[in-house]
Amino acid sequence: MIYTAIVFLPLIGALIAGLFGRVIGERPSEIVTTALLMISALLSWVVFVQVGFGHETHRVQVLRWITSGELDTSWSLRIDTLTSVMLVVVTTVSSLVHLYSIGYMHEDDSRPRFFAYLSLFTFAMLMLVTSDNLLQMFFGWEGVGLASYLLIGFWYKKPEANAAAIKAFVVNRVGDFGFALGIFALFFVFKSINLDAVFAAAPTAVGKTFSFAGYDVDIVTTIALLLFMGAMGKSAQFLLHTWLPDAMEGPTPVSALIHAATMVTAGVFMVARLSPIFELAPNALVVVTFIGTLTAFFAATVGLVQNDIKRVIAYSTCSQLGYMFVACGIGAYGVAIFHLFTHAFFKALLFLGAGSVIHAMHHEQDMRNMGGLRTKIPLTFWAMTIGTLALTGVGIPHMIGFAGFHSKDAIIEAAYAAHTPNNYAFWTLVVAALMTSFYSWRLVFMTFFGETRADHHTYDHAHESPPTMLIPLGVLSIGAIAAGFVFKDYFIGNHEAEFWATSLFRNESNHILHAMHGIPAWVGFAPFIAMLTGFLIAWVYYIKAPWLPAATAKAFRPLYLFLLNKWHIDELYDWLFVRPAFAIGRFFWKGGDGAVIDGTIDGTAASVAAVTGRVIKLQTGYMYHYAFVMLIGVAALLTWLTYNAGLLGSVVR
Amino acid sequence: MSNLLSVVTFLPLAGAVLIAFLNSDAKGNARWIALWTTLITFFVSLLIWYHFDKSSSGFQFVEEYAWLGPLKYKMGVDGISMLFVILTTFLMPITILASWESVEHRVKEYMIAFLVLETLMIGVFCALDLVLFYLFFEAGLIPMFLIIGVWGGKRRVYASFKFFLYTLLGSVLMLLAMMAMYWHAGTTDIPTLLNTKFPADMQWWLWLAFFASFAVKMPMWPVHTWLPDAHVEAPTGGSVILAAILLKMGGYGFLRFSLPMFPIASEQLAPLVFTLSIVAIIYTSLVALVQEDIKKLIAYSSVAHMGFVTMGIFTASQQGVDGAIFQMLSHGIVSAALFLCVGVVYDRMHTREIAAYGGLVERMPKYALAFMVFTMANVGLPGTSGFVGEFLTLLAAFKANSWVAIFATTGVILSAAYALYLYRRVIFGDLVKPSLKGLLDLSPREIAILAPLVVLTIFYGVYPAPVLDVTAASVKNLVQNYEAAVKPAAALLAP
Repeated sequence: MIYTAIVFLPLIGALIAGLFGRVIGERPSEIVTTALLMISALLSWVVFVQVGFGHETHRVQVLRWITSGELDTSWSLRIDTLTSVMLVVVTTVSSLVHLYSIGYMHEDDSRPRFFAYLSLFTFAMLMLVTSDNLLQMFFGWEGVGLASYLLIGFWYKKPEANAAAIKAFVVNRVGDFGFALGIFALFFVFKSINLDAVFAAAPTAVGKTFSFAGYDVDIVTTIALLLFMGAMGKSAQFLLHTWLPDAMEGPTPVSALIHAATMVTAGVFMVARLSPIFELAPNALVVVTFIGTLTAFFAATVGLVQNDIKRVIAYSTCSQLGYMFVACGIGAYGVAIFHLFTHAFFKALLFLGAGSVIHAMHHEQDMRNMGGLRTKIPLTFWAMTIGTLALTGVGIPHMIGFAGFHSKDAIIEAAYAAHTPNNYAFWTLVVAALMTSFYSWRLVFMTFFGETRADHHTYDHAHESPPTMLIPLGVLSIGAIAAGFVFKDYFIGNHEAEFWATSLFRNESNHILHAMHGIPAWVGFAPFIAMLTGFLIAWVYYIKAPWLPAATAKAFRPLYLFLLNKWHIDELYDWLFVRPAFAIGRFFWKGGDGAVIDGTIDGTAASVAAVTGRVIKLQTGYMYHYAFVMLIGVAALLTWLTYNAGLLGSVVR
Repeated sequence: MSNLLSVVTFLPLAGAVLIAFLNSDAKGNARWIALWTTLITFFVSLLIWYHFDKSSSGFQFVEEYAWLGPLKYKMGVDGISMLFVILTTFLMPITILASWESVEHRVKEYMIAFLVLETLMIGVFCALDLVLFYLFFEAGLIPMFLIIGVWGGKRRVYASFKFFLYTLLGSVLMLLAMMAMYWHAGTTDIPTLLNTKFPADMQWWLWLAFFASFAVKMPMWPVHTWLPDAHVEAPTGGSVILAAILLKMGGYGFLRFSLPMFPIASEQLAPLVFTLSIVAIIYTSLVALVQEDIKKLIAYSSVAHMGFVTMGIFTASQQGVDGAIFQMLSHGIVSAALFLCVGVVYDRMHTREIAAYGGLVERMPKYALAFMVFTMANVGLPGTSGFVGEFLTLLAAFKANSWVAIFATTGVILSAAYALYLYRRVIFGDLVKPSLKGLLDLSPREIAILAPLVVLTIFYGVYPAPVLDVTAASVKNLVQNYEAAVKPAAALLAP
């Protein structure tokens, strides 16, 4: 009952606001959706305590879904520790974002629609994390994609917003292409797509091959890689990341909820949830680690030079998701989920803080037109600073620190312990941590410090946000400070095994957590030093010697442009896929359908018409004649058939 | 009770006769009689569904009467045909309502054409005799010709002529095949023929002859080009019935004849069908991407969706056939709804050009919501009816041949691209065109038309069991017979 309530209350809210928003009015729509989500969040924490510390897996059957032959799926809720962590993350951030949006969106005319979308998104996300079979996961997966599409394109008058919305949906579909094939392959091999059945059968498939696309390939590795393709799309990993920065066209609360804290982490959740499969596919895990590392590095480099405050945070999200995948790839699923958990708090905080800045600056998002806002919006400043301290992982090595210090540094240490070739994952992540620190402090310095670069009017009217917006910032600040040290013992520390219970699976040969304790002491200091270095460079560049950024950009202009243009991947895709698709479509239409097929048909038609034209007048334009001819034809054939049939019938008899 | 199928088949014809006797300028009466006739027909068909025994795989409600010489009038439904009857009777009142205001000239004849068409369509799904089936199947073309030719757009002559030419070729071949079947088996009784084993080489010829007819109806690539033209020229009601029901006759034919009667040929020619299906999915999706006419775009998307159907059918597996039937029913609802949506704006603006629209959500939020639901169903979003069929057919295709599944699954990317691109250009954006500023949102009549379709699209996406339960037993029987027929042949072929 309590589980059903958590999942379906947001849906009820979405339906009320979506269908009756115009009738009941804007304020009631806001209140209903927000209140229902707060109840859902409260219940989630209850469940988190019960399940997370009670170590049981619960199941609720809701309704039959698709059944056909051996395929038997139903709508059902699966609640274990992993789910309960996700429930807490999703409902907490979502309810805070709802509350925040009351303030942020107060000038918008279509608030009921906005809140309906937010609640709908939350429902889909909850269906995703509670799924007991891959089909329901796919439902949630595409459902959040729909909500994301609707919310990115919420300001539908903006062409950029529409383009970004479609891009997000289609690029995600590319990932879903792999996800779907993974599900088909699972069913083909195991005759089921229910989690427990698949998990139980997976070990029997180890080392076996099946024919896929003309090759004999390893079953488990192939399935894991196909499913991971879905994760890459949803979690914006390198090659399928292009939609995430563009998604910033949506309202800022959306960015905080969907494109930072929850939806984009679905890929990480999926790998962790399917750890019983991934653990059996070491080669697939090597790919996961590599893609994660590459994304962490790539996104951090692009984040260095962006000027839009939201895009900096978007690339940061992309990069942090890469960290999480590295943790998954090296088998440290608990660490990955821990970072997912803390990241949700501080990244939502950063986005909502950025929203507060944008709100204060009358929809200005370019940091080049900001500066000196520290005194104007002090509470926002402090919230952003806390978020930055958490993201960059500030803390005392081997002791205590902000949320990111515990989770991100754990990933870096685990990467060292995993001994990837040349320790590439470890070193890349350390460098990425340095860049993270640089771009994060760059953001803070450019926005809040120095002389203002805003025009007088905007700067003078910059004002602190209303309480509905500041309260979520406060709550999330507490999370950004405390989520790390409060929960680390459970997520990755001494109580780790009993906390996760059966919800995460590790092979017998997987000793990553044990190995993390045996690493040299300097490894623990490495991210700390990287963080400090990044901070110092940012300080020199943006406080001490503000002429340096321009000079550096000039000196390394090709590199600067390469980063500014996001490694030119968008242009590459446009050239490789988008234009050819339209060109080929046009060619098929005019050439294939038009010239070849219709050409043949029309030729035949013309000759037929020439013949029949002598018998009946075509020019009348009506079809009676044709119908008449048709009828006569049918009658004649029928007569012939009846005659012959009668003849044959009598012969047979 | 025992004559329910005949009742449901000929009720619309009775309504048509009634209208024919009306005073020629009684437009209103013709409309109301047509509406009531189709509604009563629908309720009678629901009665059949209610009494339908889901656990049985055989034909039910069978009626058999002597007719012309050796020919019989024999009707009956099984799990495969049952729901097509319901789909037909369900969509007819909606079609009549959709034509309520948009058809102003020759209303009487229009309603008669539709009612006659309904009789013939139901007849196709119920006929259990080859000749009877052929009669219904071919005669159905006549009212459709008339609907396109009389109430159609500017290029209606070209469109209906093309339609005619394409279908004629197929039907002649099918008729020849039917005669050959009769010569061989000595009967035109479909249940008997289902248990007749035709020699393998004969199966090939029969299969190809039927294929010629059904592939055109479906339509499969490359004999699909009549469909966009027919849709563009047809009035809204005509498009709805064309997309929702007439296209399904091809798929139904494959399931009723090709697969069970010619299993050996089906198995050997399945690669051909798979290839054509994949080409249909990818090719027509790309063509849909560049369309400038809303109706043409949806027509091309129909061809792509039918590609999943043919692919599913010829996997000859429970999931594939279940999925194909579900996809046809879902497409019946969704494509009908999409054409109705086009009709809504066409009635207001009298253009189908995408470029003439933009920003409609500003003036028509209810319309935008309905259109969004159908667009998502068209894209195959889980939770809508469009997903179930696509998923099941792809699942089955993977088992048959992973290449087929890989190529066909790219369809989910392409469908998202063309459908959302259409939605963006029509519904989203700033409403700047002066001609659109005075648009009105859905009228109560239009809501009454679209609301049931919205509800069903979501209901069957969330809870497809009522459909899958009906088809399960018959499909299982079909697949078992198919495998039994194919296995010895395969064993013989193997060295």
